[in-house]
Amino acid sequence: MQMDGKRMMHKRAIIDRIAGGLMWCLTVMCGLIVVLMALGLYAKSRPILAEKSVGELLFSSTWRPLRGDFGFFPFIIGSLWITGVAVVLAVPLSLLTAVYLSQYAHRKAKEFIKPLIDLLAGIPSIVYGVWGIVVIVPLIKDYLAPSVGRSSSGYSVLAAGIVLAIMVFPIIIHICLEVFDSVPHELKEASLSLGATRWQTVKHVVLRRALPGTIAAVVLGLSRAFGETMAVLMVAGNVAKVPSSVLDPAYPLPALIANNYGEMLSVPLYDSALLLSSLILLLVVLFFNIVSRVVLIRVERSIL
Amino acid sequence: MDIRKVEERFFECLMVASTVVILLTLCLIVGTIAVRGLPAMNLAMITQTPKGGFYLGKEGGILNAIIGSLYLASGAVVIAALLSLPVVLYLNVYAKKRSRLAALTRFSLDVLWGVPSIVYGAFGFTVMLLMGLRASLLGGIITVALLILPIMARAIDESVRMVPEHILEASYALGATRFETAFTVVVRQSLPGILTAILIAFGRGIGDAASVIFTTGFTDSIPYSLFRPAATLPLAIFFQLGAPIAEVKERGYASAFVLTVIILVISIASRLISRKLTKHVVR
Repeated sequence: MQMDGKRMMHKRAIIDRIAGGLMWCLTVMCGLIVVLMALGLYAKSRPILAEKSVGELLFSSTWRPLRGDFGFFPFIIGSLWITGVAVVLAVPLSLLTAVYLSQYAHRKAKEFIKPLIDLLAGIPSIVYGVWGIVVIVPLIKDYLAPSVGRSSSGYSVLAAGIVLAIMVFPIIIHICLEVFDSVPHELKEASLSLGATRWQTVKHVVLRRALPGTIAAVVLGLSRAFGETMAVLMVAGNVAKVPSSVLDPAYPLPALIANNYGEMLSVPLYDSALLLSSLILLLVVLFFNIVSRVVLIRVERSIL
Repeated sequence: MDIRKVEERFFECLMVASTVVILLTLCLIVGTIAVRGLPAMNLAMITQTPKGGFYLGKEGGILNAIIGSLYLASGAVVIAALLSLPVVLYLNVYAKKRSRLAALTRFSLDVLWGVPSIVYGAFGFTVMLLMGLRASLLGGIITVALLILPIMARAIDESVRMVPEHILEASYALGATRFETAFTVVVRQSLPGILTAILIAFGRGIGDAASVIFTTGFTDSIPYSLFRPAATLPLAIFFQLGAPIAEVKERGYASAFVLTVIILVISIASRLISRKLTKHVVR
């Protein structure tokens, strides 16, 4: 009887060990996915990197895959323009909302509004794209562009920027709320007790203290905008030329990848070029993400 | 003194205004999709497959895409859950406090969360080519599983972290191993959080287009094999909107409406579940 009990114990301990080992393996694998992705994409973009210089690929404006010209410049600039417009539109609105929700709003109002913002985050990007086509594109074509004396098809940097701004609202607001909550209460109370108004407290105490975290939130939003594909693809116009104003169409990197999947394999080096652009996208986004996550972790531990 | 009050009022108004603007855009988006989608909705939309091809056929519905998306998202959620649950339990039960591996894994999951879905699509497609797989339901399931893995893992992690330390200690004191504690006590304690995480991930998986565009392909029939291409709702919307025929375009709007309704239902369901199940959780 006692032997049996001992064997049982032994068995359970062994299961515990084995499960622990397997779970450790899974955990390490999860951690390595990012590295694996970067290496896989790099291996696939080797062929084009071997034939062309990085400078030529990044800074040439000629995109003629059939003749073997792969210049990513218009696409990179297109992405930057759209992301820039999105950030300019999204930052003030989402910061003001985050400050309102964390410092001013009644608890009940906050409980009501937060799920709605989460809902905004849950809407698929294709639905944003449909909405952009139905509402934003005609708005720009019929009202905004004529009002500044320009003609535009509506499919433009501005349209993509507006749609993207709405898509990054929830990200920036969500992270900002966490960051603002990490500002110590005593600091706010000290400021208020010295006779500062609530806005002065926000301006001089909360925002100053939360600045690194806020910047990290904005950068995370920005990197989401930079990699967003479907919604942008549907409203940006997709003309492979460097845009000269926000009313011009643009052709951002992610849209380039998504649009050309069908013909990817028949043209020499084409697939390599597209995977190189995925790699560029991945590296840019990784860089932004790593930097802002490091900042956020330090904010959480309140080192900064 | 007065200037400060004016400033205070001004910024308060500005904040309320921007909150209202953001909430109004949400209403505007849902409203627009409903207004454009509802007139084109009919029973055939959700009970029939497209007649005469999704691109040119004027008749039929998008049943193929609805079923395809449900298969795809369910498969992906199962794989992602099988991966993320052990990982999260390892991080919270097995790993020591302040473990470097745990910190690194959380960090890399956060970074993974930021990787654009088109990159997952391109990477997934490359791996599939390497393994000799063509665009298929299976390829899509694996790619989407990778895409939702960080979302699910971090969401589960948030809720598992909330399990009080003393409950773990009580379980150890009764002689349970870490494995038994993790898969019985901890899982039961954080069940509402786990279910919510699964639903959130499901919503993300069903709505993502960029990751399935290469990997899953498109077809007019209801998928019957893992190794065949499958239709998905987001791509059905995308292709139908790009079609030259007005009726097909209208069906695109109706499909967008169907997808939006699915997403709304999922998010309401997850809220209800977490509220209902939290009653049984020991604090």
